[in-house]
Amino acid sequence: MREMSRIVRTVSHIMFPFVIMFGFYLVVHGHLTPGGGFQGGAIIASGLALLIVAYSRSRVKKVVKKEVLTTIESSGLLMFIGLAFLGIGATFFYNFLANSGIIFGDSVAYGINPGNLNTAGTLPLMSIAVGLEVLAGLSIIILMLAIGSLAGEGSR
Amino acid sequence: MRRFALVALMIVVSFLFFGMTIMHPIGKPILQDMDNYFITHAQEETGANNVVTSIVFDYRGFDTLGEATVLFAAVSGVAMLFGRRIRA
Amino acid sequence: MMFIVYLTVVALIGIGLYAIIFKRNLIKIVIGVSLVECAANLFLVSLGYKEGGVAPIFTMAPHENMVLPTPQALTLTSIVIGVAVTALMLSFAMNYYKSYGTLDATKGRLKG
Repeated sequence: MREMSRIVRTVSHIMFPFVIMFGFYLVVHGHLTPGGGFQGGAIIASGLALLIVAYSRSRVKKVVKKEVLTTIESSGLLMFIGLAFLGIGATFFYNFLANSGIIFGDSVAYGINPGNLNTAGTLPLMSIAVGLEVLAGLSIIILMLAIGSLAGEGSR
Repeated sequence: MRRFALVALMIVVSFLFFGMTIMHPIGKPILQDMDNYFITHAQEETGANNVVTSIVFDYRGFDTLGEATVLFAAVSGVAMLFGRRIRA
Repeated sequence: MMFIVYLTVVALIGIGLYAIIFKRNLIKIVIGVSLVECAANLFLVSLGYKEGGVAPIFTMAPHENMVLPTPQALTLTSIVIGVAVTALMLSFAMNYYKSYGTLDATKGRLKG
């Protein structure tokens, strides 16, 4: 697969930071608006798919290292389990930061309200952890499927 | 053999049609006590405006843990399938 | 009109099972599995729908009549698992094609 025309490359070069920014926005605002770890991670991974389509996969393969993505995925899953273990004083997955006044600890106004980012306790942290895991996992899947077909053409 | 499979498929689909006719109408869920509890208490218990997120990460955290494990296992399987072939 | 969502679910499951049973191309079998998965997700979401309800999010909501949140959370889990399973099946299909040179499920032979 060769790289696509100059128009496609330029537009994807402009759009890629916005795709990444929108994905992280969805991850961080998961407790206020529709979104969360899974959706934001999937959008960031689709940014990588955009790069693979626009530029060639052999060129993306040189930039994005599989070891880095594997490390991000494992650390995201470990962060998620660690956050769940931190509340082990009450139960596993206990939300010990909600309404406590520390980070993400403001108490929310009940009923319909405009929303405050500094609420919800461990939920945004868990959302970030799951977002890291999902973005790295889906990126590894996309990269492996693209590179795997490339290796097959060479060997046969 | 194909005829037998076709008959079995017809039977399954007709069972689904029969089940469709006796379902409750859309828009009037039957058992909603648990969901009403989530909607009214999620804000004071987790502090999140998004009730779906508070269920995914707080009330039903074990579901999310298992789901993350399944995703991790699938990614490991894909990496194992293609990693071997690249090195060779 | 009342049952059109359930009718769609039944049609999707029927088409998906037909593709799984009668097709021999591995890609078409994967498409059938994805169709059944979509039917399950649609069924879950439609079970939680309430008449005139909005999404269960309190940020700037129009009113407080909200649809049931639990089926939506379970559907979210189900979608991600579906993506993972589809990716694994497709990579198996790619390996099959590389080994045997075909995607027909009946043509492959095990090499000793």
